[in-house]
Amino acid sequence: MAQTDITSAERDGMGPHGTKVGLLRVLGPAHVWALGVGIVLVGEYMGWNFAVGKGGAYAALMACWFAGILYSCVAMIDSEVTSTVAAAGGQYTQAKHIIGPLMAFNVGLYLVFAYTMLEAANAITAGYLVSVVATMTGYGGELDQRPFIILVIMFLAWLNYRGVLATLTFNLVITAIAFAAIIVLFISTSGIVGDGIMQHAALFEGHEKPYGWIGIVAAMHFGLWFYLGIEGTTQAAEEVRSPARALPFGTLAGIMTLLIAATLTWYICSGVLPWEFLGDGVNGSVAPLFDTARLSGSNALIWFLGIGTLFATLASANGCINDASRAWFALGRDKYLPAWFGAVHPQYRTPYRAIVFLVPIALIFALGAPLDQVITFSILSGLLGYTFMPLNILMFRKKWPMGTIKRGYEHPFHPIPAIVLLSLCGFTFFAVFLGYGTQLVAMIGFYIVVSLWFHFWRYRFVNRGAQFTMPWPKPQGY
Amino acid sequence: MAHYTPPAQSKLSQIIDVIVLVTLTLGALFVPLWLNLAGAAKTVATPVENPTWEALGQNAVQAAQYEALGYTPETAHDLILARFDYSFTTGALIVMIVVVIAYYALMLKFSDVEYREVISEKFGEKK
Repeated sequence: MAQTDITSAERDGMGPHGTKVGLLRVLGPAHVWALGVGIVLVGEYMGWNFAVGKGGAYAALMACWFAGILYSCVAMIDSEVTSTVAAAGGQYTQAKHIIGPLMAFNVGLYLVFAYTMLEAANAITAGYLVSVVATMTGYGGELDQRPFIILVIMFLAWLNYRGVLATLTFNLVITAIAFAAIIVLFISTSGIVGDGIMQHAALFEGHEKPYGWIGIVAAMHFGLWFYLGIEGTTQAAEEVRSPARALPFGTLAGIMTLLIAATLTWYICSGVLPWEFLGDGVNGSVAPLFDTARLSGSNALIWFLGIGTLFATLASANGCINDASRAWFALGRDKYLPAWFGAVHPQYRTPYRAIVFLVPIALIFALGAPLDQVITFSILSGLLGYTFMPLNILMFRKKWPMGTIKRGYEHPFHPIPAIVLLSLCGFTFFAVFLGYGTQLVAMIGFYIVVSLWFHFWRYRFVNRGAQFTMPWPKPQGY
Repeated sequence: MAHYTPPAQSKLSQIIDVIVLVTLTLGALFVPLWLNLAGAAKTVATPVENPTWEALGQNAVQAAQYEALGYTPETAHDLILARFDYSFTTGALIVMIVVVIAYYALMLKFSDVEYREVISEKFGEKK
């Protein structure tokens, strides 16, 4: 069988239809890192601490590391497949070429909803942060957070509308500052510089396993929040100058950054904040790193972590708008959704209709649902997507064995990462079931209904052969 | 396989498709909330009257951190004592497992049918 080299100079830079018309190819590996880490780093600033609430501090640490293994598998698998799929839509486009249209439609929706919910959660946190700053600076009343939530979403949507290079360069700067804030907080409070304020032993005393072993399982649910969204780097596939090289590099550098940030975050917060306060992200610690800084007694740290939290939420919301709109755009371009959404702005070269359409959806979730429900909705969509990935890589290797397509990256130890990932996904489904079973069934019920709608109604408007846009040989077994 | 030509979709039909999808999405999130079926409600099983830090199970360091955060034993009472209820029935667990597996089985089955059409039209029938 002839080799098809997607990484060759001839193919590199091409759009999915073999043309150079479409989204702008202007991004480098640093932008890919900024997109992935930018989306996720907010998970260290808020949300992960619900894992403490579900099982205690030790349970959250175990969830952090098990979720780290899960996402390392995700990053390895994703890097291999996406290094051959140089098109917007990320995992949606992968599923379309490897498993089939209905799976692709579902994966596209996972992406859109995971990122739109995450964007809503970010906006809620930004609004909360503004209200805290108002209180700390002497405002006596209760600040209405809604205008700030709306402002965050509208401003970032406008930035995304205007162009991807400025959007992700902005992300690169603010993500780097937010990451630096975690490092500075760790150095300042752990005793490396000056007196440390960590009191792990005393704070854990009598509360080592408040729910017993089942709490450790349950904590895995929100353990995903430490890393959720790193797979979004693949959405930039059609806008990076060299997808076969930049995407694996940016993604794997991103997961390494996050493993460090997640562990440091757990260490810092659990050593300063009592677990019941830390674990309640609604009535207790909405922004745990910021709360830790407040207890440090250093005004400089309070301001730096306040800025870090705000930047992390902005970077994440910014990246989420970028990714959700690319997935929605790709669905429209293939007519899985009305083709109107598949338009590219003639001047800014962005998927502007998809960007604008998703703004009110994000606002409805940000203004109308509590934070933990929004996060759970996002996690569930992400979890469904992670369960798809091992199936995806197993079929990819079977249909296009090594040597039939040149990969920009080949992940090692196949199929062990796929098996580990599938096992951890099953484990996490059970963790979500503990406490959030209704949402889990409601969510899957939603995906079953929309799948039937797609298969029996929507798919009639889709071109059959034309949707297979990669220059790959015929899959084996067909 | 003969080349498939999809029918043209009217603008009204496209708008209806989007409305259906958005309505289903909002329903999936908000209906469980409106029906009070959303989980995650923590409850205080055994309230403590006239709470003190000791009665709430807090040692001196833990109490000091709560006070630094602006709490008193009274205001921290619910925060400290509220717990999730992780009890579940085997039937509920089986329903969850069946729903998840049925969903992916449905996905893979229907996807395979559609995928064979795609490959057939793109590359021709299997020889």
